[in-house]
Amino acid sequence: MAGHNHDDIDHITGTSTTGHEWDGIKELNTPLPKWWLNLFYACIIWSVGYYVAYPAWPGISSYTKGVLGYSSRADVQVELDALKAQRASAAADLAKADLAAIKADPKMLAVALAQGKAAFGDNCAPCHGIGATGSKGYPNLNDDDWLWGGKLADIYTTLQNGIRSTNNGETRISAMPAFGKDGILKKEEIRTVSNYAVTLAGGKAEAGVDLKAGEKLFAENCASCHGDKGAGNPELGAPNLTDQIWLYGGKIEDVIETVTNSRAGVMPAWNERLDTATIKSLAVYVHSLGGGK
Amino acid sequence: MSITGSGDDGALYASAKKVYPLKVKGFYRRIKWAVLLIGLAVYYFLPFVRWNRGPNLPDQAVLVDLANRRFYFFPIEIWPQEVYFFTGLLVMAAMVLFLMNAVAGRIWCGYLCPQTVWTDLFVSVERFFEGDRRDRIKLDEQPWSFDKLWRKSAKHFTWLMIAWWTGGAWVLYFADAPTLVKDLAFGTAPMTAYIWIAILTFTTYSLAGIMREQVCNFMCPWPRIQAALTDDEALNVTYRYDRGEPRVSVKGAAKLKALGEKAGDCVDCRQCVYVCPTGIDIRHGAQLECIQCGLCIDACDGVMEKIGRPKGLIGYDNDLNVQARMRGDEPKKFHPVRARTIIYAAIIAVVGAVMAFQLATRATSGLNLIHDRTPLFVQLSDGSIRNAFTVRLINKRPDKRSFVLSVSGVEGLKLQLVNVEASADGRPVVQVDPDSTREVRMLLTAPKSALTDKSMRITVEAVDLAEGSQKVVAQDHFFGP
Repeated sequence: MAGHNHDDIDHITGTSTTGHEWDGIKELNTPLPKWWLNLFYACIIWSVGYYVAYPAWPGISSYTKGVLGYSSRADVQVELDALKAQRASAAADLAKADLAAIKADPKMLAVALAQGKAAFGDNCAPCHGIGATGSKGYPNLNDDDWLWGGKLADIYTTLQNGIRSTNNGETRISAMPAFGKDGILKKEEIRTVSNYAVTLAGGKAEAGVDLKAGEKLFAENCASCHGDKGAGNPELGAPNLTDQIWLYGGKIEDVIETVTNSRAGVMPAWNERLDTATIKSLAVYVHSLGGGK
Repeated sequence: MSITGSGDDGALYASAKKVYPLKVKGFYRRIKWAVLLIGLAVYYFLPFVRWNRGPNLPDQAVLVDLANRRFYFFPIEIWPQEVYFFTGLLVMAAMVLFLMNAVAGRIWCGYLCPQTVWTDLFVSVERFFEGDRRDRIKLDEQPWSFDKLWRKSAKHFTWLMIAWWTGGAWVLYFADAPTLVKDLAFGTAPMTAYIWIAILTFTTYSLAGIMREQVCNFMCPWPRIQAALTDDEALNVTYRYDRGEPRVSVKGAAKLKALGEKAGDCVDCRQCVYVCPTGIDIRHGAQLECIQCGLCIDACDGVMEKIGRPKGLIGYDNDLNVQARMRGDEPKKFHPVRARTIIYAAIIAVVGAVMAFQLATRATSGLNLIHDRTPLFVQLSDGSIRNAFTVRLINKRPDKRSFVLSVSGVEGLKLQLVNVEASADGRPVVQVDPDSTREVRMLLTAPKSALTDKSMRITVEAVDLAEGSQKVVAQDHFFGP
């Protein structure tokens, strides 16, 4: 069929038709402007230039790199480097300043909080949870109960050296005896002292437990670390037993298990993995979650 | 079907015929000159108009401050979250277009559209260097000569200069205009400014200088849309064929009249075709390419005056009237007020009123609360429950303000701000810089005994320390075990 039909003129419009016909309906030939077609060709020519200038064709193990040497990955690297350079001075300031000064200076504080939040997500959240909510055995860092102290300096030290960390000489260390496993106390004595411990925080003891005996057992076995009143000792990482926060659970069965087998949570020392500025940021961030002393 | 095989693609693609608009004088031409002068003056000089907003804000009357996410228009300042004002503006703009269309056709296309205005300007430059229609046709047909070369070069150079100024003026709306002009002159302006000027120089030069009516015919959607918006009552530039036909020369008309036959007023002088910027013949009736600029009216009126016939052979009219006159009926009076126009006007009025009300009554401060998602609540060592929030305070005023926060909803609820400088009297006060927002962390602590439900409704209030009447309120929930 010919491309169009000069002789076939539509009566109403006076326009020639393309010769295409569907059930008696004819297609008018309204020519597209030539420049439109030329734009199309221009785009094809442009695309050739594009192939030459930019990465385009895949090969077996590589691809055509283009004469401009453009690479989006290199662009990202440039941006990352620029970002690092931009943050370098802030990081240097953080590394130099002491913790109280960081807290007092709104600019440094903003940097530390932002950096701390990011570093927390990368390094701490696997154990302490997103938002530092903690879980059984992993302290909630939002509350005001601190095993090893909740002052900025305490938190910073804990971060640096860890707790019971095997590769750090300065690490925070303490050990609670496994009273049951090591045969220090009898089963019945453990139940009695555990009941007593629960009452320290206002909990209810089981019926028939001799709390007087529990008090005596506590004074003999526990008070040296946890204190006479059970108020704990952050120097030794001995938890306060009078508050409402129980790291391993506050039910009598939980406490019995703790006394029987002991507990010894471990936190890595971060001073070899993170730089000073980051650790300071983390300390300030954790301190600002709400429970800092 | 083989189209490619025929080798006859000339039929499917047509080369554009160059249009050589003839110079014309008259009423509509004067309107167009006035619109052009006012429009370009506003466009080129508006960025230099100053508007004092105090020491903390820019003093440019119209400024799109992309870096700081602000739009300034005289006393109005728009924040990104108030972008709905633009929605309202766009609704109004659309309705104004519809309304113009329902009253008198493509007023926008013929008089107001930047494409029309700049094309007019470029055509007059062309006329200045190359002469009027006939001279230009002749010049284009001539072989290259020095005369042709300098005329063409001068034209293109002037076009490029205008295009350059057009692009230059555009970027001035996005930065402090006097500073940017200086920076541009000394070559110290940001690269983006130069790139945008280059892009807009190119588009202005090519669209107004070279593409012209092709833009309206093939690139712009409006001609298509307006075909769906017009109706029988709307005024359009119309050739009154009842009066014009049959076309016959002045002498021929005298002869016909002597024989007692009908002779039309159209003498087929083709002036209406020559002056047309899109190169069409209005006597074929309403058509897509007609931008209704009214220049053919001016041309025809001029001719009618010369040969002593009444003006208005081409004029603003509608087909209903032409047909009525053909039948010998009285043409209907033009009804600008009818259901369609009333509805358009009503929508414009309602949207405008809502926007004006919103603008007049919008708050100058704001308070947003985001409850911490993890943890929802924290138990403290004394058994009390704490909820943490991120509080964002918004200060839209050009001066520094302090807000006192307070909370209610749970008995004994204590409010504490983290990392906020302490206030003199110990109240929870947050200072917010001029025209900015500030995010602070808020801790709410309640005794366990006060929590009667797992989730309790609380209300946080921020009161302007200086003006107690200025306060903002936000609601959220307090969660417990």
